[in-house]
Amino acid sequence: MSQTVSGKIYVVKDNIDTDQIIPAQYLNLVPTIPEEYEKLGSYALCGLPESAYPVRFVPEGKGQTPYAIVVGGRNFGCGSSREHAPIAMGASGSRVVIAESFARIFFRNCVATGELYPLETPRRLCETLKTGDDGTVDLEKATLTINGKTHNLKPLGEAKPVIDAGGLFEYARKTGMIESRGK
Amino acid sequence: MTLTEKILARASGKAEVKAGDNVWVNTDVLLTHDVCGPGTIGVFKREFGQDAKVWDPKKIVIIPDHYIFTSDSKSNRNVDILRDFVKEQGIPYFYDVIEDPNGHWVFDASQGQLKRQYAASYAGVCHTALPLKGHTRPGEILFGTDSHTCMAGAFNMFATGIGNTDAGFILGTGKLLVKVPETMHFRLEGRLPKGVMAKDVILHIIGDIGFDGATYRAMQFDGPGAQALDMDDRMTIANMAIEAGGKNGIFECDEKTIAFVNEKTRLNGTKSTFRPVDLDRDQTFIYDKTFDLSKLEPTIALHPDPGNRALARECAHIPLDRAYIGSCTGGKTSDFLAFAQIIKGHKVVIDTFGVPATPDVVQDLQNTEWKGKTVWAILEEAGVQMTENASCAACLGGPTDTFGRLNRPMNCITATNRNFPGRMGHKESKVFLASPYTVAASALTGHITDPREYL
Ligand code: SF4
Repeated sequence: MSQTVSGKIYVVKDNIDTDQIIPAQYLNLVPTIPEEYEKLGSYALCGLPESAYPVRFVPEGKGQTPYAIVVGGRNFGCGSSREHAPIAMGASGSRVVIAESFARIFFRNCVATGELYPLETPRRLCETLKTGDDGTVDLEKATLTINGKTHNLKPLGEAKPVIDAGGLFEYARKTGMIESRGK
Repeated sequence: MTLTEKILARASGKAEVKAGDNVWVNTDVLLTHDVCGPGTIGVFKREFGQDAKVWDPKKIVIIPDHYIFTSDSKSNRNVDILRDFVKEQGIPYFYDVIEDPNGHWVFDASQGQLKRQYAASYAGVCHTALPLKGHTRPGEILFGTDSHTCMAGAFNMFATGIGNTDAGFILGTGKLLVKVPETMHFRLEGRLPKGVMAKDVILHIIGDIGFDGATYRAMQFDGPGAQALDMDDRMTIANMAIEAGGKNGIFECDEKTIAFVNEKTRLNGTKSTFRPVDLDRDQTFIYDKTFDLSKLEPTIALHPDPGNRALARECAHIPLDRAYIGSCTGGKTSDFLAFAQIIKGHKVVIDTFGVPATPDVVQDLQNTEWKGKTVWAILEEAGVQMTENASCAACLGGPTDTFGRLNRPMNCITATNRNFPGRMGHKESKVFLASPYTVAASALTGHITDPREYL
């Protein structure tokens, strides 16, 4: 997996809970069924109120998002434990979510599924950055560069090798915690 | 060590652990339901193989409860996926909606939403059903694919919510890597005054520490105030640890805990041995505060998050379109009885929905009589729309035909536990969390109302 992610950013505020990431009515979709995985991607972040977020994350009628990077405020991913949330964002084509803080289960689900890199920012970026800005995240260095300006992010630490491997199971195999496939 | 540390140390085979340690723990109970179960099973099969066997069928509890009474065909199919897996793996604790192990679940909308449509095996909302069915035991480790799994902390266990991938890993191995959380200590003193319920306690505390005040942390509730609470109250409080971001909530084990657990494990024939953890003299807390319960007042969490605290008496200007009582937190028998105490003899003035958490609650309300009338009848006569179909219902919105779902923007007061935008359906709706007392009083006036006026 490449160690930089470049693309447009999508900016949200505090407390983006899992209902806003993937509304409960779509939890009838099972992420391990391929067609339903894709469908989940098309609904990513569709629970954001239009009054606050007039630009949709995934354009109407599309399955993929033009935004590779999501920038949020505090407590991103709070609420339910649904793994559908990081999966929907990953399935929509997003790779990185940057926030001041993450809810514990969401962070863990990002890591376990390997769908998204959750990076913390020590500074509040969601007030200054704008949806549609072009940015580059360097996962090795833990930086976000936007309009020539580089913001330092907190290093992913022990979570990074797990996501790099493709999630908990691949990591567990790589490190010998469970048997590798094909035996 | 704190209560949480003691359980994690024991489950990882260590003499001692401290906050920040990463430890592999053995799972005593894994809980899943119809919304996350199929995906968990999918992960298990993808990773361990189509013919793989679960690590221990007796430690898995599967409770369909979320999207049951809906015509949505995918939701109905998801219950069938659970049933097929249970059959294949020989899992004894599956609380199916239907009797026939080879059947298919299809909700019959023509019978309406109110009339019972489940078999005797059905258990209702997983977190409320779990203790009633004898699956919560002090000192044990419970993982569940649902964020409110922390409710079982009321029984002196380490209980926390996980995702499908972690749960799939447990299905195959019985183990999970856990970071030992720091513990926040909430010492409760005093008794609840008239009109104030356990729900007010936890809304008050979340308002105090903030919606992310316990992120990555354990919330330990003890002290004489905690001992005075009954098991239902402790469950309400532990349930909402997650609404402050907490990893788990936990109470001490006392005679009430033991009496409850002994009775329920006996009734359902589940494992009845357990080893509680008790309070050490030496505990390290990251936060330590005493709360005097006798000072609390009826409390609200205003839209749009559970930490947005206000007092009910300050919110009379907020008009309401709907009232709702139900969920794991707020749909227990004790919640409905408190609700009915205020409703009885009056008429609700806004649409009011009642969804019992479990079939037992339905029975309790249909069997309890006040002055020759059942509580169920009293609520119906007051205009409350009561369904016998115990489930999560509109607590989390659900498919659009879900009973009580907010299908248009409106203001709703509810005894449930979460009020982020869109939680109960429409994303432009406003949801206000309150105790069953406060929901009842507000249903009678059409605006947020301090229930002490009615008691
Ligand atoms: S009742 Fe609500 S909070 Fe409880 S398990 Fe169901 S959806 Fe979750």
